Amino acid sequence: MKSENKRLFKNIIEVLMKDKLAVAGLVIVLVFLILGAFASQIAPHDPIEVVLSRKLQLPSLEFPMGTDNMGRCIFSRILYGTRVSLYNALVVLAAILAVGIPLGITAGYVGGWVDNLIMRLSDIASTFPSSLLALAIVGIAGPSMKNIMIVFIFLWWAPFARIIRGTVIKIKEKDFVTAAVSCGSSRFKIIINHIFLNSVSPIIVLSTLRVAAIIMHLAAFSFIGLGTQPPQADWGVMLNDGRQFITTNPILMLWPGLAIMFSVFGLNMLGEGFNSALLPISGEGNSQKGVKYE
Amino acid sequence: MSLIEVKNAYKCYGKIKKHSVYALTDVNLTIEKGEIVGLVGESGCGKSTLGKIFLKLEKLTSGKVFFNGQDITNFSFNQMLSIRKNMQMIFQNSSNVFNPYFTVRQVLSEPLNNYFKLSYEEKEKRMTLLLKRVGLNNSYLERYGNELSGGQRQRIGIARALILNPEFVVCDEPVSSVDYAIRNQLLTLLLDLKHDFGLTYLFISHDLSAVNKICTKVVIMYLGNIMEIIPRMDENVEHPYSKALLAAALSADPHNRSEKKILFKETDEIFVPKKGCAFQNRCLYAKEICKNKKPILTQIKDGHYVSCHLCKI
Repeated sequence: MKSENKRLFKNIIEVLMKDKLAVAGLVIVLVFLILGAFASQIAPHDPIEVVLSRKLQLPSLEFPMGTDNMGRCIFSRILYGTRVSLYNALVVLAAILAVGIPLGITAGYVGGWVDNLIMRLSDIASTFPSSLLALAIVGIAGPSMKNIMIVFIFLWWAPFARIIRGTVIKIKEKDFVTAAVSCGSSRFKIIINHIFLNSVSPIIVLSTLRVAAIIMHLAAFSFIGLGTQPPQADWGVMLNDGRQFITTNPILMLWPGLAIMFSVFGLNMLGEGFNSALLPISGEGNSQKGVKYE
Repeated sequence: MSLIEVKNAYKCYGKIKKHSVYALTDVNLTIEKGEIVGLVGESGCGKSTLGKIFLKLEKLTSGKVFFNGQDITNFSFNQMLSIRKNMQMIFQNSSNVFNPYFTVRQVLSEPLNNYFKLSYEEKEKRMTLLLKRVGLNNSYLERYGNELSGGQRQRIGIARALILNPEFVVCDEPVSSVDYAIRNQLLTLLLDLKHDFGLTYLFISHDLSAVNKICTKVVIMYLGNIMEIIPRMDENVEHPYSKALLAAALSADPHNRSEKKILFKETDEIFVPKKGCAFQNRCLYAKEICKNKKPILTQIKDGHYVSCHLCKI
């Protein structure tokens, strides 16, 4: 079994590798992941150590990105910020998937009033302005990253459920599902082996693109001071810290800005790459670049 | 003894409304053990629907299905699992027949895993045996469905249907998209397998020569109604629709080629008449009675049934 799946995997990697933008995206994402994972090993200084005597220094060998208004090493803060931002975004994504996939599959496979109920809930969740709800929750429960994340989980499962439902409805009607019914597979096996396996591609594509959006939104809330609380480093917090010095030391805002920009850019490129490599297999998408099977 | 039977089968897709169109209207069909029943008719006349209803892959709107004398109409999904082993389907050739992420090995071991606890070697043995039977070797086990040619795919489809040793197999246009050489091979294969395993087939096809080659009984359908049941599809057919269908088939012998003649009325839109015979709008011989009264399937000779007012006795 393993060697067969490896072959398909190899095909996908091959197609992805031919797509230069996707490779660039993959490299950027990997670099960020590694930097975040090994932040404590790479960082030259303590990210929250305040030494006012060395504040607002320009980049040097000791401080590769300079120091901020409290004399903290910006490079170290960016590294730790990467860890916080990516970790938070991945937690939100995992929770969204854990809610969205089962609901989407249930809605698509069962149909009828169950489908209607889940889809109306998803309508409510997707029409609700997420920033407004986040502000309301923060107003009641106090500013913290956890509250913001809960709001996003609460609202952003909807597009996943909707896309998965659509894919499931399409797959459900295919002959191989009927064949699986006719050769006596249980419902559970049909859902896992046939329906879920064939909806993995859109899930991967949507996840990669969504992580980028989540990173941006979480940074935005940290920026207005409702997410991660100082002194903890986070790209949004660092942007906010640098805001007061935009006229005198714009470099303070440059670094976190670049970090957000590159991570979002990388994830989007990777998502597009997955899009053209994966979707033709499941009979979706119309890219010429995709893995060819039919 | 009848192996499988449908009684007063009606099938309507979507919600039942006053003017909904039925894919099947009052179909009664009994298949005896060991028979090969051919099902012919135009595209969209309900052939595949009827085939799926036999296997309960489609739900009946009303009517009953019997398998081995047991009423399985209201069997639940899980109840059906116990008898699915005995009834299988060979699907119409299309790219959707196999899960695109499955190799042939996975495709063939899926039914085996559902019903038997076999060791890896036993499964391999069985799959190799069956692949040999359909004329392939076990190097195909590692391929994905989309890496197979049309004929190979059809053989794997046959192998998947037969790996559980079923009693009854619905063949949904098994030879529709293959060339003539492979078509003959597949038909011979189906006949051989029938003799070796004692199978019963419902053979759905457009191809009248294929039907005549292997079937012991031919059922002619038009817009969800059974028009005629006859042992062989030849000059003995009585129903105007069957005659038209037969005349429309191409013949290799120039002497048999009929002159260009009108077979039935061409209408822009084919719809099911509200009352009377389903074929009345296109029938060349339609009379007043055809518009008012629905004909009943009646026996005119031994094993020959016709549903038409105009060919009584």
